[in-house]
Amino acid sequence: MSQPDFSHDGIRTARGTAFRYLFMLCALLSILTTVAIVATLLIDAIDFFATVSPIEFLTGTRWSPTNDPVAFGVLPLISGTLIITLGSALVALPIGLLTAIYLSEYASERRRAYLKPALEVLAGVPTVVYGYFALVYVTPALDTILPLSTFNALSASIMVGIMIIPMVSSISEDAMSAVPDSLRQASYGLGATKFTVSTSVVVPAALSGIISSFILALSRAIGETMIVAIAAGQTPRMVDLTDPAGMFLDSIQPMTSAMVQIGTGDIVGQGAAYKSLFAVGLTLFVITFVMNLVSELVASRYREVYR
Amino acid sequence: MTNKQMTSSETEQTDDQQPNPTPGTDSLADRGTDIGVETSSRDDPATVPDRTIIESRDLDVYYGDDQALNGISMEIPEQQVTALIGPSGCGKSTFLRSINRMNDLIDIARVDGELFFREKDVYDDDVDPVALRRRIGMVFQSPNPFPKSIYDNVAYGLRVQGQDDNLDEKVHTALERAALLDEVEDQLDSSGLDLSGGQQQRLCIARAIAPDPEVILMDEPASALDPVATSKIEDLIEDLAEEYTVIIVTHNMQQAARISDKTAVFLTGGNLVEFDDTTKIFENPESDRVEDYITGKFG
Repeated sequence: MSQPDFSHDGIRTARGTAFRYLFMLCALLSILTTVAIVATLLIDAIDFFATVSPIEFLTGTRWSPTNDPVAFGVLPLISGTLIITLGSALVALPIGLLTAIYLSEYASERRRAYLKPALEVLAGVPTVVYGYFALVYVTPALDTILPLSTFNALSASIMVGIMIIPMVSSISEDAMSAVPDSLRQASYGLGATKFTVSTSVVVPAALSGIISSFILALSRAIGETMIVAIAAGQTPRMVDLTDPAGMFLDSIQPMTSAMVQIGTGDIVGQGAAYKSLFAVGLTLFVITFVMNLVSELVASRYREVYR
Repeated sequence: MTNKQMTSSETEQTDDQQPNPTPGTDSLADRGTDIGVETSSRDDPATVPDRTIIESRDLDVYYGDDQALNGISMEIPEQQVTALIGPSGCGKSTFLRSINRMNDLIDIARVDGELFFREKDVYDDDVDPVALRRRIGMVFQSPNPFPKSIYDNVAYGLRVQGQDDNLDEKVHTALERAALLDEVEDQLDSSGLDLSGGQQQRLCIARAIAPDPEVILMDEPASALDPVATSKIEDLIEDLAEEYTVIIVTHNMQQAARISDKTAVFLTGGNLVEFDDTTKIFENPESDRVEDYITGKFG
């Protein structure tokens, strides 16, 4: 009796190899693009730092890339970004978290089925729409009760906050839904109210996901460009953190909108003003990159392991 | 079969808990005469006047259009172990969960009929299930400690219920009653999830008894455990019945025979077919279907 034939089929093997490389190529494509972007950022930023010292850039408190006397201190831009981030966090974190608790613990199955997608539509609104909404509706409305400038940090950060609510609520809600139901049952069984179950069992158990959602949403706020470019103004100034009124009521300029201004302005040639675009971009990239890393770290470190 | 379980666990008893509702009945004395009885390991029901703590009358439970319980009427005696047995899907867990209104947590569940806890219908409009559950502890099928320290797990119910005076003492007492204190005394700050499955389940029992409920509901508490851990849990249940009313759902008929005083047999369609002393159910059931089930002809 002859042995069964298990030998290699040339075509099958070749096809397998071809697919393998095709898939690998696709996976590599996004990595390569990221590397290329970082490389361009780095090259032009290094160019910039040949004319302006990194110390001057990172510690300077005046930003004036085109008007004499020129100055390339990035701190006013960072402080502008900080204000927008702080303001949007004040709006989005509490509302997003409470929304997530409502969706995960309080809403009935049916209500959640249409509320969650409805909320996620918010994330699909183009940011330029948010920007004009802030400028055309929010600012005039707030102007009736507060002494607001036409361009101001307040309306912009409120709108950025609203924009990132779905990110906070959606990721937090996922984390809360992943908390095993048996823990809720245990808590209810001990005579806990829904509120106690939510705050003493579900939120702590989902904490890693909740914190990740906060960090991801904040790095989204840091990188947000359109809303702040439209509604926050173009006044690079050091913001006084001890003066909330001055912080929010007047015009500011975060990093992103400074980059827009440089990129779309009539800067001639490849001078320091133009190159500063990349230095600011690199700074922004480093900040959001570190935040995403922290988010990953938090998620993996504090993740509760259930059997 | 039962003797080995008897010896170690049944000799000591603390009488500081709960006034004895039936004066003149000393459960210790009864117990002493009882060793050797084939099925029931505890009091001979004939000599103990049963006082009903839970009574259901024509209790129906529906999940949406599906009826899970069909006209259940039974009286569950105080400070005894009542076992609910039957094949999967027979409604025994549903009945257990309707006692402390855990079914309220399921949107589509609906309850008809009456269920009395000490003569109060727990489905009356003025009953807050939160208050009800504070008097009825529950232990679940697989161990579900919170991702918190052992101490905080046991203290959880006490804190939730505002009984947080002498917390250390109460936590220690609960762990001791759950026969876990010796094993975890030095690691009360470590996570409850670090314990073995059997220890976790005893931690859950400690958590359930810490606020000193009157009734403990157990939903197949040993089904996820190995035989050694199961035997420890069974010993523990027999101890607990000295102070608490224990109602236990089990798939394991030998377990029901070993540890319970009363047994309720649920069969398909959410029907209670027979409810009687465990001895009677296992030795001479009225119903042929129960006999078939007990002897393993189906289920």
